[in-house]
Amino acid sequence: MSENTRSATPMSRQIAEHHSLLDRTLALPRPILVMLSVLLVGFAMSQIAIGYLVISGQLDGKWYDIRDLGNAMISLDGVIQNSEMDSRIASTLAYLIPTLAGATGIVSIVGGWLLIGPWVERRLIAKFQIRQGPNRTGPFGLLQTLADALKLMQKEIIIPSGADRFLYFVPPVAVFIPAILGWAPIPWSPKMSYADLDVGVLFVIAISSLGVLAVFMAGWASNNHYSLLGAMRTIAMMISYEIPISVSLLAVVLLTGSTKLSEIVLWQSEHGVWLVMLIPFAALAFLFASTAEINRTPNDIGEAESEIVAGFYTEYSGMKAGLFMGVELANAILVGALMSTFFLGGYTMFGLETWIPGYLILATKIGLVYFLFVWIRATLPRFRLDQLMGFAWKFLIPVSIALMFLTAIESSILVRWDVPNFLSLGLIGLVNITSAAGLTFVWLRVLFRDTDLSTPPAPILTREMGGLQAAKVLRG
Amino acid sequence: MRTSTQLSGITVGEVLGKSLPGIVTAVTDEWIEVGPDRVIETLQWLLNSDEFDAIQLSNLTAVDRHTHIEVVYHLQSLDLNHQLVVKTRTHGMDPAVVQSAYSVYKGALLQEREVYDLMGVRFEGHPDLRRLFLWDGFPGHPLRKDFLGMPGRITSGLEGFPFEDKDKPIRPINQENVEAGVAYVVTGETDESKTGTDLSEDRG
Amino acid sequence: MTTSTEPYILNIGPQHPSTHGVFRLRVVMDGEKIKDLDMIVGYLHRSMEKLAEERTFTQNIPFTDRADYLAAMTGNLGLAIAVERLAGVEVPERAEYLRVIFSELQRIASHAMANGTLISDAGAWQTPLLYMFREREKILDLFEMTCGARLTTNYMRIGGVAFDPPVEFWPALQELVDELPDRIDEYHELLVSNEVFLARTRGVGVISPEDAINASLTGPALRGSGIPWDLRKADPYSVYDRMEFDVVVGRSGDVYDRFMVRMSELYQSVKIIKQAMSQIPAGAHKTDIPLALRPDEGEIYSRIESPRGEIGFFLVSDGGPSPYRFHIRAPSLINLSLLHELGRDAALSDAIVTLGSLDIVVGEIDR
Repeated sequence: MSENTRSATPMSRQIAEHHSLLDRTLALPRPILVMLSVLLVGFAMSQIAIGYLVISGQLDGKWYDIRDLGNAMISLDGVIQNSEMDSRIASTLAYLIPTLAGATGIVSIVGGWLLIGPWVERRLIAKFQIRQGPNRTGPFGLLQTLADALKLMQKEIIIPSGADRFLYFVPPVAVFIPAILGWAPIPWSPKMSYADLDVGVLFVIAISSLGVLAVFMAGWASNNHYSLLGAMRTIAMMISYEIPISVSLLAVVLLTGSTKLSEIVLWQSEHGVWLVMLIPFAALAFLFASTAEINRTPNDIGEAESEIVAGFYTEYSGMKAGLFMGVELANAILVGALMSTFFLGGYTMFGLETWIPGYLILATKIGLVYFLFVWIRATLPRFRLDQLMGFAWKFLIPVSIALMFLTAIESSILVRWDVPNFLSLGLIGLVNITSAAGLTFVWLRVLFRDTDLSTPPAPILTREMGGLQAAKVLRG
Repeated sequence: MRTSTQLSGITVGEVLGKSLPGIVTAVTDEWIEVGPDRVIETLQWLLNSDEFDAIQLSNLTAVDRHTHIEVVYHLQSLDLNHQLVVKTRTHGMDPAVVQSAYSVYKGALLQEREVYDLMGVRFEGHPDLRRLFLWDGFPGHPLRKDFLGMPGRITSGLEGFPFEDKDKPIRPINQENVEAGVAYVVTGETDESKTGTDLSEDRG
Repeated sequence: MTTSTEPYILNIGPQHPSTHGVFRLRVVMDGEKIKDLDMIVGYLHRSMEKLAEERTFTQNIPFTDRADYLAAMTGNLGLAIAVERLAGVEVPERAEYLRVIFSELQRIASHAMANGTLISDAGAWQTPLLYMFREREKILDLFEMTCGARLTTNYMRIGGVAFDPPVEFWPALQELVDELPDRIDEYHELLVSNEVFLARTRGVGVISPEDAINASLTGPALRGSGIPWDLRKADPYSVYDRMEFDVVVGRSGDVYDRFMVRMSELYQSVKIIKQAMSQIPAGAHKTDIPLALRPDEGEIYSRIESPRGEIGFFLVSDGGPSPYRFHIRAPSLINLSLLHELGRDAALSDAIVTLGSLDIVVGEIDR
């Protein structure tokens, strides 16, 4: 085709006329481009100014040191102590203000994510599926979530007859309890974590079990076979996958020697290594088991849309169902935060946290883990329930426990062995990776010794037609 | 590359008549006809015969001929690459009963249900004869020619197309035009020498 | 203490994200296993066969569009060929080649859709489906360019095709045909050794060859079980006897085999289109027939290979402009003959996947 002819079909024309992002940016009107470049220059200069402040150490510990919002709270605490207030009022205030500020922060994170998360997810999945996501409601489709929320809120509330009155109303709210509570022990910066419990890891494991209750209530109270079936599947899956999560976190605790989340992060920063490089199998097991905990694909058999409509929340209409769909997203970033904290170094980044605020680093890591979740969701088909359970009980749990024993041995060696980090940790990492790979291969070979895992042979091509006789000839 | 052939009804009728005398009631060069109570025998014999090897039932359908309903079976052999047509007719419109071919061909399961639903032919021996498209309790059988008779007409059909040539004949769609389709002659029942050769010349 | 379970009845459909159209399954389940399976159809029954008795043969061609709405071209072609055989109408050569090209394009579009929906049923969130829709979109654009409609094309006529494709058609077709094999390779790679997909489809829904033939299965369902039977080669119509292509046959009759048969048939269709494009002569695109064709009295059963199997047309003519009896032998309905046996004692997910592999279109089932 010569250059003068237009592409004939609408589809090929659309493909040919599509401009890349750079072309479209450079095609903006001139005043906007000028403004953008001015802003860029201003940003660069401000970064240089900040850099000077950071290097000269003038910023450390001041209340306006936004690299760590805990500094502000500590200064406030100091102000309250030094003022002449009644000591009880002072202590109450000193407790109340950071608590309320932190709680507001966490709820606004979760709430804010619920506003923009669906948009992000839908646009991202659309990119994987070679189409655009929502781009009509508002600029770039940003108001889509708001539109969906308003639509859901104005829907008629249909309560199935025979539904348990109290138990029917509790689950949509109750599913959010673990989604919000789980943020408590996560450290955002050295002095910034809402409730830095000494038993942070135990707290995390306990929180993940709360979700099961809400699912159970929802399935039971709906008085519906679909819901019950979906709830049973979901519960079975969730409690099965709590064990690999606990075992992975046990491996983390063994290596770092503490159940306090901030100390886990500090251990990773001191030793200059991320735990994902040392115990990769535990990290992957945690990731996979978490998708089961939060009911995301490939483990969303409980709400398998193509099979039993919506599983345990079939009977919920309007915003109640919307809350169930929303909590999946809130849980996704919670798991992202946990994964980052335990395995990806939390708010530290090999020294970058003196320049960029720790919470921004953590937010970036959460975003990356979330992207991984969306990628998996867009690509993989769903596992069947018996395949899921078999995978958890027959593969993940035994192998995780075996590798956890290995980690225990390594951690006791690490404590006693006086060698530079590079050597000891490198050796541990190497041993872990090879043993994980080896154990996986061997165990899978044992598990699937009866099934044929090879790529099936290609179909036969023939030109002779016929019935059973010809089929016999073809088979040889 | 072979092209498929449709076996002549005369041949089929001859061979069939030799093994199962008296089973064939009519024959043309396209199809053979058997009685409604001997369908299973015929189909089973054709399925098992090496010469015809009718292992697959292509199509099972029915035609309303006003006085009776004609059930048509299109059989084919995949290895020998030929087709044959077997017909049977019910003894009347009400009740219209034919033996079910399910015991010979499983593919008759849904097709017989469809014929029962739309034409009202009961198939004896069908494991699950109920309506397929219409609901239980639907009054009547829609594909019959007398269902929803239009005013002034008994059956469905175009009399003539409005924009055709004026000299094309307008067909009266009424009782006079009732016996549409191929007319044939019923051969004798038990006389062996008479089976399979009576081809009716006048078609219509 | 003994546990006892009580079977319960689950209704799948008629409105359902998974089933292909308005199709209802009533399943008696015991835990996760199905004890009994019953299908209820008729939600899309439009009494086409009765209506056809009031219309001329040409006016009946749009009915075939709406019967199998995902393979309209082959439906049209089947009826056109049936009437031509009944009335003895000759078709010019250019029209025959155009018919072959459009039938094969339709086959590609339909198989892409069938396989894509099968994978969505297995839970892959429509991503592979949308990948295959890229090519289907281009094919539908080609249809729109030629006959004005994407889905209900109404393109074949008795004695030829309705329109000669416009000038922009041939370069667009050439472009599509050049890039299709690479795209099909892409889908092949994505899916053929994907463990999750294999685990969901291997050994599921196995149909033995004898059962397949006895249950009147045709098309990819029959070929997946190992029987090499394709009407384009066994009973060639149009100019298929001048085309060189292979027929794809599976090995074990499970869902995976039927899926792979459809996947590999895409390559063969591309081959056929290329040959047709190189052999097509200039000429008329249809013959002149009377406005309301009055075939001689008689009957005919003629069949062609649609993407779903053998689509047959049984026409009885009484010498008038309209048929005396018009019957469509719908492959989708007949391929469901074994559903009851396939579903028994299977897990629900497996039954859904098996149903998807049989590739049904409810418009054809209900007519």
